Amino acid sequence: MTFCYETIEGMRGKLASGAISSVELTRESIDRITDLNPSLNAVITVNEERALDAAAKADVARREGNSSPLLGIPMLHKDIFCTQNMPTTCASKMLEGFVAPYDATVVKRLNSAGMITLGKCNMDEFAMGSSNETSHFGACKNPWDTARVPGGSSGGSASAVAAGLAPLATGTDTGGSIRQPAALCGITGLKPTYGRVSRYGMIAFASSMDQAGPMARTAEDCALVLEAMAGADPLDSTCSDQVVPAYSSHLGDCVQGMRVGVPKEFFANDLNSAVAETIEASLKELEKLGAKLVDVSLPSTSLGVSTYYVIAPAEASANLSRYDGVRYGYRCDNPSNLQDLYLRSRTEGFGEEVKRRILIGAFTLSAASYDQYFMKAQQVRRLISQEYEDVLSKVDVIAGPSAPNTAFALNDSSKSITDMYMEDVFTIGANLAGLPAMSVPAGIVEGLPVGMQLIGRRFGEVDLLRLAHQFQQRTTWHTLTPTMEERH
Amino acid sequence: MRWEKVMGLEVHLQLATKSKIFSSSSTVFGAEPNSHTNPLDTALPGTLPVLNHEAVTKAIVFGLGVGAEIGKVSRFDRKNYFYPDLPKGYQISQFFEPIVKEGVFDVPMPDGSIFPVRILRAHLEEDAGKSVHDAIPGQTAIDLNRAGTPLLEVVTEPDFRTADQVVAYLKALHALVTYLGISDGNMAEGSMRCDVNLSLRLEGEQEYGTRTELKNINSFRFIERAIYVEAERQQDILESGRAVTQETRLFDPDADETRSMRSKEVANDYRYFPDPDLLPVVIDDETIEKIRAELPELPTTKRARFSEQLGLSQYDASLLTQDRPTAEFFEAVATKCNNPKSAANWLLGDVSASLNKAGIQLTESKLLASELADLILRIDDGTLSSKMAKTVFDALWDGETNVDQIIEQNGLKQVSDTGALETIVSDLIATNPAQVEQYRAADEGKQKKLIGFFVGQAMKASKGQANPQMLNQLLKEKLG
Repeated sequence: MTFCYETIEGMRGKLASGAISSVELTRESIDRITDLNPSLNAVITVNEERALDAAAKADVARREGNSSPLLGIPMLHKDIFCTQNMPTTCASKMLEGFVAPYDATVVKRLNSAGMITLGKCNMDEFAMGSSNETSHFGACKNPWDTARVPGGSSGGSASAVAAGLAPLATGTDTGGSIRQPAALCGITGLKPTYGRVSRYGMIAFASSMDQAGPMARTAEDCALVLEAMAGADPLDSTCSDQVVPAYSSHLGDCVQGMRVGVPKEFFANDLNSAVAETIEASLKELEKLGAKLVDVSLPSTSLGVSTYYVIAPAEASANLSRYDGVRYGYRCDNPSNLQDLYLRSRTEGFGEEVKRRILIGAFTLSAASYDQYFMKAQQVRRLISQEYEDVLSKVDVIAGPSAPNTAFALNDSSKSITDMYMEDVFTIGANLAGLPAMSVPAGIVEGLPVGMQLIGRRFGEVDLLRLAHQFQQRTTWHTLTPTMEERH
Repeated sequence: MRWEKVMGLEVHLQLATKSKIFSSSSTVFGAEPNSHTNPLDTALPGTLPVLNHEAVTKAIVFGLGVGAEIGKVSRFDRKNYFYPDLPKGYQISQFFEPIVKEGVFDVPMPDGSIFPVRILRAHLEEDAGKSVHDAIPGQTAIDLNRAGTPLLEVVTEPDFRTADQVVAYLKALHALVTYLGISDGNMAEGSMRCDVNLSLRLEGEQEYGTRTELKNINSFRFIERAIYVEAERQQDILESGRAVTQETRLFDPDADETRSMRSKEVANDYRYFPDPDLLPVVIDDETIEKIRAELPELPTTKRARFSEQLGLSQYDASLLTQDRPTAEFFEAVATKCNNPKSAANWLLGDVSASLNKAGIQLTESKLLASELADLILRIDDGTLSSKMAKTVFDALWDGETNVDQIIEQNGLKQVSDTGALETIVSDLIATNPAQVEQYRAADEGKQKKLIGFFVGQAMKASKGQANPQMLNQLLKEKLG
């Protein structure tokens, strides 16, 4: 009997009845990681001993009456979250072997909810990428087709959940890094409202957009994990103190008459036509649930990518200055002087994409180009936010594709850097505007998953989760699993 | 041709908060290297700054103290540069929207006039750590204890023309911040650091010349010298027809010269941008008014009151208001003894001399204001001669606390009783007929000298306790 594709509720029932133990669940996940990870490279640190230890403790706690919904359920963390006693690398040579002296707030909260940390997931280096190919520890593969990318930057998390290595994983999303890999791997992923989840201990890429969220098989699981992750944190000034709703208890709330805006710009040239047809079919399903589809327009959608690629690298260029070879992390051999120490440590420690973005950021912030680039991008960001706000004053949720295509081939040399940046064309808006957004499995095109994106109002996660949940009550896309064993 | 100096000042004040501006680490000076650091101070990945509101309040207090406008919405920005003592690779500062905006600060000059200095802005920022070059042979060590200490950088307009004005401004600023309790102003420990921007122009010119920035002059003593030396250097350059280079220079007091640190022409582009980790600081009128209501009396107000109401000279009033403990001590003495002039003389005379000799501050001495007041009262009521008063003062300085008891124990009461003095004088006249004869025969000029003998003898007979004025009076009557 395998539990690798169980939902939280399913596992919880079996744990409560004593049909399985947390140790068994954890053991199975570790065994699957051992079997399947060599062909996926989704997990880069396995925390076997401590995970089994924690699982045993969870089993004791359960017997002693602890009935926390997440108690004893194993999960993985994207390697961007600092974890005590375990390396945190951000998939960079710069932080190879780095062990943080503290847990990220997200990790701490999930630990105290009783979740078991199985290990850490592969990702694009410093979360910079849409294919997981920029990882210092090698590319991660898509379990639906290991010759294809899982998306990025939370590629390892998406691949691991899709392949049943763990029922859940954390991800982070700065420009689409939860939603695009969730779409490409056929899982459900939620990027919360900016400020909903603490960023403390989450290694910064672009601080004004970075947001952590759950990646799971169902909207319900996302709701349960988000409840434990979210909420005010005195260690993060940008984290909101708004009360965290009990998302999981609102999943059945009526969606009859919910207004779903469909932006015409999301179905423009950039979108693969088979993906477009799949999304349109899913929108019809939403209609069948009682939702009202409304044609809307987000005219500045095409400016999103350029705006993002000014602001995100600018913030990153400063955020990554701390990796200087002085206090921790990679240091070059035998530096001849201070300048040499900085230059070679950073040249050798960072990968190509990271260096590219640092350079872009340093350029757009320089005195000569600040007004033309950084200031302009901030203005466009406000414009885009305003457009989203206007549309969301007329509709409850915006729906469209999560990504323009299905998973693309690994090492695709025909794909230019800017082609890669275009992967985020539909997801970036929610980051620029700070809105919650999720990707829900919506179909299969040529054997590869397609994700539907839902974008909500600020702190409107309840709306997204209940619409996604009820969509998943009518559809089976989220229950499909790749046939891993046959492929490797 | 006469050259005129044009100077503007940037003063970094370390704010006296218990913890750092963005972390909970202690700000206490002089601890074991790197013992006052946490993951934020060492810029470990994932850490985030959280603003210490005590620093914000102190900045507002300062702004109100110099009559400046308080920025209702101020923001933090990142100033990017690489240096080993700057762990994040950027300094969090306020570049675009400072918390304190324009104001005018009235600086009292030694001659009693007021020199108004225009404050351009004051902004909050974090201090860097320190590079330590002598701890490990052949290597540079980093001490991050100071990294993240809150600083308020106070920037003036280029309003200064003389070194005296600069020194007066710094003294007034020092008095202000210590009064307000927002900084200990300790220059030796770096709580107050001054950069002087200096340029020369021919008198009457409107245009400014090219300036140099004199960095981190950490004592009042060096400032005048540094300004003098740098102005001389620039004058030599200009008079030889060359151009001054815009650069940062360091004053070396040992070599008595300024030296180039780095040229600003090739200096960093700091790539300032708003720090996305911190929310804007929004300050409402209510908060400002609440802080204003709690402000102590400012040194300038106090100084005016001391001279107008208590009748002190401008000079004495400005000396007594230079720091808050002295001013408060003075007020306590003056109020109790009801003799402000005498209180001022004691503080600026014997007290000040004793403090200098002991090398301590007033707050560190054992002297109590109430006792000094009692001492003045005993002088004023004739109990003590000024000589006796010194003896009592010495006892108070050493920590004794009851003036009357000291007088009693040391038998210091002046004999002002006419009967007792008359007996002594009559005895003297009777036992020294020759001297009496000599005195009576002498002219007025000589008499003044000869009376000394009788005064001395009478003092001896009274064991030094005779009231000298009364004794003189009596001797003149009896001998005349």
